[in-house]
Amino acid sequence: MSEIITVNLKIWRQEGPEKSGCFEEYTQKITTEASFLEMIDLLNEDLNNQGLEPVAIESDCREGICGTCGVMINGQAHGPRKATTTCQLHMREFSDGDEIVIEPFRAISFPVIRDLVVDRSPFDQIIESGGYISVNTGAASDANLTPVPKEAADQAFDAAACIGCGACVAACPNSAAQLFTSAKLAHMASLPQGQPERWKRTETMVETMEEFFGSCTNHGECHEACPKEINLDFIAFMNRDYMKAKVKNRALSGQR
Amino acid sequence: MTQTTSERYRVKPIRDRRREWPFPLNLYQTAVGRKWVMAVTGIGLLGFVLIHMIGNLHVYEGPAKMHEYAESLKNLGSGILPRSLILWLLRLSLMVMFGLHLHSAITLKEMSRKSSLNASFQSGEKKYEGGREYIAASYASRTMRWTGPIIALFLIYHLADMTWGWWLGNEFVPGDPYHNLYSSLSRIPVAIFYVIANMALAWHIFHGAWSMFQSLGINNPKYNHLRRGFAASFAGLILLGNLSFPIMTQANLIDEEERLCQVSIGDTDEILACLTKQLEDH
Repeated sequence: MSEIITVNLKIWRQEGPEKSGCFEEYTQKITTEASFLEMIDLLNEDLNNQGLEPVAIESDCREGICGTCGVMINGQAHGPRKATTTCQLHMREFSDGDEIVIEPFRAISFPVIRDLVVDRSPFDQIIESGGYISVNTGAASDANLTPVPKEAADQAFDAAACIGCGACVAACPNSAAQLFTSAKLAHMASLPQGQPERWKRTETMVETMEEFFGSCTNHGECHEACPKEINLDFIAFMNRDYMKAKVKNRALSGQR
Repeated sequence: MTQTTSERYRVKPIRDRRREWPFPLNLYQTAVGRKWVMAVTGIGLLGFVLIHMIGNLHVYEGPAKMHEYAESLKNLGSGILPRSLILWLLRLSLMVMFGLHLHSAITLKEMSRKSSLNASFQSGEKKYEGGREYIAASYASRTMRWTGPIIALFLIYHLADMTWGWWLGNEFVPGDPYHNLYSSLSRIPVAIFYVIANMALAWHIFHGAWSMFQSLGINNPKYNHLRRGFAASFAGLILLGNLSFPIMTQANLIDEEERLCQVSIGDTDEILACLTKQLEDH
């Protein structure tokens, strides 16, 4: 059942990283069948026709798997619907006359590039610091050459579901990136292929994370905001692995 | 470990990696390690709070038993070691734990505050303009940095009140905790302060006793559902026990009527001798 609703938008506008921004208000008529991003697209078309600057917003796959489109909608990362990215959010979640406040993800290490677009490259730096894993390249190896227990595969897969959208940092009152980093670490540490560099990777990725982000106080907001529902247990997993890594890396480097 | 922050990235770290301290100390340089320290000291402090509460229940057995309890604390290990040595070691370790707990809390909070600052946003304190409702973060978890200082202030007051006897004046009798407790808690404002502080303590424990499992990485799907219940019941137990003292005093269930040794001001030795005698007669 589709209907046409009118929503009042309050959108953060900021011309560049160094500029100061402010909220601007817009009114948009939209069918409830439209996705949230389509609503912004229509708004941008109108703005364009009026000769105004369209709202900058990032999006890529629009099917909830790339992690590009995160914005804060009414103070919630990716909007009110649970386990949903912004692009998968539909206007049927809103009713006629609603005010929708749209803001970029905020953290000191997520500087605004323009309007709703933020620079999430600290995530790339965390990933980069993790380095490589030892897998043989070349011809495809025999299937089942490396046995992986079902439970381990499941856990790795749950962790690998993280799309790196940054909602965890955005939702966290401490701006901590524990959920992201722990998911990436658990993904590798659960599998046999990730074992050789496990301890080195854990240490460097956690320490790189701490150069950019805050400290976790176990609120659990990140899990609620996460469009992929990454579990808080991964954070515990990372905390345990980090302490182990600090001891093991010493032994591995010959200090006892 | 290698530093991989590349020149290609525009976003620079907000804090530098400092030179590493020698092994066990370097754990304290990182936030994850510091949270670990906070959890371990938290466990120690939880143990203290529990034992302190249980020990104080001796007050319901009367002045003589309370005196005996106080004496036995001082006499811990006194067959072998000098009297009060163990007690002082315990006190010292409590002070260290409390100091570390506080220091890590303050520095980690500062770290999070720096990470949440955003120069481009209008009202500095608030992260988002949109009506933000916390979904998972409990009221307890968000008020840790308020309940914490309340507890710290209360602790100082509590020591000054019951251990050093600053405000009790001549009413304060070293070695007669029953009398000191009665004299202190029979004043209504003090009783109210004790109630408030203990509620803050229980509130703090409600989040802390759950959070420590996460910080230490003690995590097992089999038992995870028990953690919340453990924290809640621990907090409840402490609250129940500790609140009973001011309430029972105000309700006149702890009073000095049955007391044989009436306090004669300034004559501490006599009172203590009397208490010991009562205990022997018992």
